[in-house]
Amino acid sequence: MTDAKKPKKEIKPVKNPMPAQDPLVRAKNFNEVATGYTMETVIDEAKRCLQCKKEPCRQGCPVEVDIPAFIGLVAEGNFAGAISKIKEKNALPAVCGRVCPQEAQCEKYCTLGKKHDSVGIGRIERFCADWELSTGVKVPEVAPPTGKRVAIVGSGPGGLTCAADLAKLGHQVTMFEALHVAGGVLMYGIPEFRLPKAVVQAEVDNLRKIGVQIEVNSVVGKFTTVDALMEEEGFDAVYIGTGAGLPYFMNIPGENACGVYSANEFLTRTNLMKAYQFPDYDTPIKLGKKVAVLGGGNVAMDSARTALRLGAEESWIVYRRSHEELPARKEEAEHAEEEGVKFALLTSPTEIIQNEDGWVTGMKCLKYELGEPDDSGRRRPVPIEGSEFLMDIDTVVVAIGQGPNPLVPRTTKGLELTKRGNIVADEKAATSKPGVYAGGDVVTGAATVILAMGAGRTAANSIHEYLSSK
Amino acid sequence: MFKILEKRVFSPIIKELVVDAPKVAKSCKAGQFIILRIQEEGERIPLTIADYDREKGTITIVFQEVGKSTTQLGQMEVGDYLKDFVGPLGEPSHIEKFDGTVVVVGGGVGIAPVHPIARDLKEAGNHVIGIIGSRSGDLLFWEDKMRAACSELLVTTDDGSYVRKGFVTDVMKEIIEAKGKENIPMVLAIGPQPMMRAVCNLTKDYGIKTIVSLNATMVDGTGMCGCCRVSIAGSTKFVCVDGPEFDGHDVDWLELGRRGGIFRDKEQQAMEHHECKCGSGCGGAK
Repeated sequence: MTDAKKPKKEIKPVKNPMPAQDPLVRAKNFNEVATGYTMETVIDEAKRCLQCKKEPCRQGCPVEVDIPAFIGLVAEGNFAGAISKIKEKNALPAVCGRVCPQEAQCEKYCTLGKKHDSVGIGRIERFCADWELSTGVKVPEVAPPTGKRVAIVGSGPGGLTCAADLAKLGHQVTMFEALHVAGGVLMYGIPEFRLPKAVVQAEVDNLRKIGVQIEVNSVVGKFTTVDALMEEEGFDAVYIGTGAGLPYFMNIPGENACGVYSANEFLTRTNLMKAYQFPDYDTPIKLGKKVAVLGGGNVAMDSARTALRLGAEESWIVYRRSHEELPARKEEAEHAEEEGVKFALLTSPTEIIQNEDGWVTGMKCLKYELGEPDDSGRRRPVPIEGSEFLMDIDTVVVAIGQGPNPLVPRTTKGLELTKRGNIVADEKAATSKPGVYAGGDVVTGAATVILAMGAGRTAANSIHEYLSSK
Repeated sequence: MFKILEKRVFSPIIKELVVDAPKVAKSCKAGQFIILRIQEEGERIPLTIADYDREKGTITIVFQEVGKSTTQLGQMEVGDYLKDFVGPLGEPSHIEKFDGTVVVVGGGVGIAPVHPIARDLKEAGNHVIGIIGSRSGDLLFWEDKMRAACSELLVTTDDGSYVRKGFVTDVMKEIIEAKGKENIPMVLAIGPQPMMRAVCNLTKDYGIKTIVSLNATMVDGTGMCGCCRVSIAGSTKFVCVDGPEFDGHDVDWLELGRRGGIFRDKEQQAMEHHECKCGSGCGGAK
């Protein structure tokens, strides 16, 4: 647009909508909500890109994908070229195309977005990744073996990215996963209807193809330690990406009643263990008719939407600030609302009521109003005196956040931790222990998939540098 | 995949499996547990380690068939493979040389996890009195192994069909009276919840420290889901990472019992679903 000599291109002001299942239909099934662009739509959307010189979108991408280049290739119909371009920087495009908060990253900076809708970068990325998965994945080239061995602890998005980068550089990578499948939060946390597990599985399989060894059922901190991996097992470096695997509770009376779940338990039963297919799958889940989800983030939205799909008649988000402050992605909150999730805003529980058998029968709550901004810059919620009321619910899901799982931090000698138990790592992902790097939620506290991937990328670069100088 | 190397059937519902799991066997300690999954559709089943052989790389588990998954586990034979087997999980038992006689109590299938702890306590130089009990003599197992692991072993059955009639608490009381409570610094009890609770009630009267190993419903077993939370002296702990052993006098037994029953109707449903597929009246067979 800045170049006046170019013939003026007709720009569609509106982003091509993402085809999706009807809200009332999808609220009853676990199939993916967003069904993806067609070939025609994706080319049309790619042609909306101005291919501007400044490329501001690139600064918004934590893994530095060359966005204008791949979109240009899509506009020409060259999907193979586009996916190769993406994969130069992003090991998990099918995941990122689905769960990245693009509106706060690449799309936020899109030049087109100043006047019109920004280009649907995430949707185009997803198309390219799905196109490749359906036509056969090209195995990327791997550098000659360096003879160096790296252990990756935790196979979530950060670990997967770090593993992919290091394997491509020729290092021998072994990834240790505590659960029985690799993928971390992508498998146990994010629901099937947002991120099909077959997609995650395909991305994990791609890592195996470039030589990454994945050892599931391996809880580092229990069967071995980080120290033993380096001193006894001969690993030259270790990356810790164990995530935020410790659920926080409210610490209010009644929280151990039957019918109260942490979001981690609720989602793990449903996603990882496939409780929604019970009794064909053995793991059960039990919920009543009226579910209250405490919290307003993406995990809370996932839980509330999952509750509907499991058959809840009412599913409530209970959040102590207002709609504007919801930490969830706007799209996720909108999807939840469309599907029939109800919002009890400016509301927070004080006690979970149980019957004589210990089952939840209700929840005492207080109404809140917003006061002066707090340290986070958001207006502080202040309880309204005398506003106590009883919410008629029979199931509670606590989704107020997660801390770092202590198994690895506690068992690793000489690893500096914060007061909250997070691992201290510098901007290059180096910890206080030589050869040991860390990133993602275990360092930053609970955040997003893409930020963990960014950390995994940073750590891979640092580890490569460390190993090359050794 | 984890191969089943040995199988012993102690009763129609109590069985022992020896599983090839070198990674677990290399590092496990008495008091820790494993989680296994039979197959892709299977749930994650936590079981306390009953024995291990570091050289052979094996882990021994003993279990009672109570629902669909354990029934199915009981149908597995030598040469079959378990899909997943992870461990060791949880904190090991606290082993030290105590000043006086240590009493270990195993009730029913709880005899199995008591075994390695008794052995370690004895190896640490303690005089260990073991008490094992079951509903009837035909449900009793590992008397020989327990006799070797303990300094003295006493056996009882609820119905008197073997050795003597009485609950483990009856025997326990006799020992405390004979030895004097001041000479018993520690009691360890593992078994069904009512049994552990009864032991705790008894030892509380005498002021004897009592450790129990809790068996809570779990999913991941690494502190990630909080399903196994239990109130210990008024604060919430996770059985999987803070336990499984706790001071029995601090346990909120009522809450533990209630939380253990959350999925009872679902378990029933799973069992029926399993049986109806079979159609041969096998009572839960494959």
